[in-house]
Amino acid sequence: MKELQGWKDIPIGTAIIEAGSSIKYLTGGWRDNRPEHNKDKCTNCLLCWVYCPEGAIIVKDDQVTGINYDYCKGCGICSAECPPKVKAITMVKEPKLM
Amino acid sequence: MARLAALTGNNAAAEAIRQIKPDVFAAYPITPQTEMAEEVAQFVADGILDTEYIPVESEHSSMSACIGASLAGARAMTATASCGLAYMWELLPIAASLRSSVVMAVVNRAFNAPLNIHCSHDDSMGARDSGWIQLYSENAQEMYDNLIQAVKIAEDETVRLPVMVCMDGFIISHAVERLLLLEDKKVKNFLGEFKPAYPLLEVNNPVTLGACALPDYYTEHKKQHSEALRHSIDKIMGVANEYAKLSGRSYSLFESYQLADAEYGIVILNSAAGVTKAVVDKLRKEGVKAGLLKIRVYRPFPAAQIVQALKNLKVVAVLERTDSFGGVGSPVFTDISAAFMEASTKEKPLMVNYVYGLGGRDVGLEDIGKVYANLQAINQRGKIEKSFAYLQARE
Amino acid sequence: MSDLIEIRWHSRGGQGAMLAVRTLARAVIKDNKYAQGLPEFGPERMGAPIKAFNRFSTKPFSLYCGIVNPHVVVLLDPSITKLVDVTEGIYADSKLLVNIGLSLQEVREKLNLKNGKIYVVDATRIAQETLGRPMPNTPMMGALIKIVPVISLEVLLDEVAREFKEKFTSRVVEANLAAIKRGFEEVSGE
Repeated sequence: MKELQGWKDIPIGTAIIEAGSSIKYLTGGWRDNRPEHNKDKCTNCLLCWVYCPEGAIIVKDDQVTGINYDYCKGCGICSAECPPKVKAITMVKEPKLM
Repeated sequence: MARLAALTGNNAAAEAIRQIKPDVFAAYPITPQTEMAEEVAQFVADGILDTEYIPVESEHSSMSACIGASLAGARAMTATASCGLAYMWELLPIAASLRSSVVMAVVNRAFNAPLNIHCSHDDSMGARDSGWIQLYSENAQEMYDNLIQAVKIAEDETVRLPVMVCMDGFIISHAVERLLLLEDKKVKNFLGEFKPAYPLLEVNNPVTLGACALPDYYTEHKKQHSEALRHSIDKIMGVANEYAKLSGRSYSLFESYQLADAEYGIVILNSAAGVTKAVVDKLRKEGVKAGLLKIRVYRPFPAAQIVQALKNLKVVAVLERTDSFGGVGSPVFTDISAAFMEASTKEKPLMVNYVYGLGGRDVGLEDIGKVYANLQAINQRGKIEKSFAYLQARE
Repeated sequence: MSDLIEIRWHSRGGQGAMLAVRTLARAVIKDNKYAQGLPEFGPERMGAPIKAFNRFSTKPFSLYCGIVNPHVVVLLDPSITKLVDVTEGIYADSKLLVNIGLSLQEVREKLNLKNGKIYVVDATRIAQETLGRPMPNTPMMGALIKIVPVISLEVLLDEVAREFKEKFTSRVVEANLAAIKRGFEEVSGE
């Protein structure tokens, strides 16, 4: 569990003094469906990267290398935007915890 | 050498602002503050004052501009009154909880309706819970002195809170009186440089201010603000002591006038305290042990000190230029009552609350004289029949 | 001048009473005395009857309120006596300075002034002749410091010259200074 700080320990005036600290806030913890990327089919048109509202498409050297599930919220936009002839991203059911 | 001056309250405030030399002054003119806003604009236009004067389109914007400027590291000031203060309401707690060091001159004026441009304390009293420090001034000299001290208090690293400095509209803002001004250089040295806690423009140490805090952290931010305001009382006194050395004029949390051995006391703020002093002098000559407690620092409220100062009196009247409609009494009365409730002392005066001077209704020697007569009558009866009353309302 | 002198001005909005009380206060303070120039808290319409107040003293005072018992009443516009009791609260020996072109006896009868000591000066005529406009405030300032000698004529002229120079042409400044001098010279009393 996350340790919450007391009022004496937080910076004054609501300041968040650690730049880019929101990266620690993993927003991808809850999804019904997850996108799966097929590297063999992918043409690297990067439309998924353009449209992903969470910046969860991992790109290295102009190549899509995968999905960052820490931030992916499972909206399916990447899969919808992937050209019909390519179909490199498909949405699959998240495994149930229980 | 101090400079002898003949100025209105507005002139005096503008002169203080010129010497304080804010980096940013963002204000919207409103009666009875207008002369002050105009005069500061004139200083800037004449090249006498090197300040970014932002002629905003509303008070909502003036306070927004000041908050941003202050958090970025600029010395930011503004001035307003009445509806203008009401219009910046949304921003007041933001300025405070973000721990900005904005200093604002408030020229106390009544709230409408009916439309009125004259003095009541509705505006600043209404803003008493916004988390600002509040200083009240009897006359132009005190307004000038309080403004300079306010900047030092607001910018102190142990305080970092905005300060509202109030004076009475028209009665003080528009009246010419005698006062002493400090040399420009002395004010400059007294105030020094403003160093913000987390300057917004420091690109190597980027920070976020005022981001969302959910129920898990909101309480901690407010607790921190609350503690800071309560503890600012020490620094307010520290600054007063430093200022006394500089100016020869001493200030405290409140002024006690003939209070030490007094039996009958009036608690009052701002200009009417002057009239009350004259009545106290007259009554003392007649053998009546009258006294006065004039509150200077209303937020943070010096509860323990006020209890100590009033506990041995027989009867006390708290006179207020505003009504907390539907409340137990007006704000100061309610605070003092609560302070006695909380205090360990058993001694306690009988206490009444009178609303006076609304919308600029003149309060003269006779009005205050009647209050002291009432207090003596209450003492003779040994009980209070009516604890809350309008002093000057015609039946 | 040892004690507090309280002066109540009666005028109509636009006649310059406000400027007069402020300028007088500044002049007295510059002479290293204590003074206050206080506006009334009433209507602001041009022509509305208004009051303004001056307090002069050699010692500090803290009266931030209107004047109920004046030592001097200044009437910038005598027609105001039809609307308000200008003698309200005056002492038996209070001075009434009236801007009017009548004799002292006529003034007492016409304005129905029962008590107080009357002084007259035809400030409107002086203003008309010096300034070319019926602005009686500056000649009345001159007349007032003649009957209440808190400051010398020179101190008042210096202050008016300094203040007016910022707002008016030198011709207007000179005309006002001449009006003050004439008010000072032409005031007469019982």
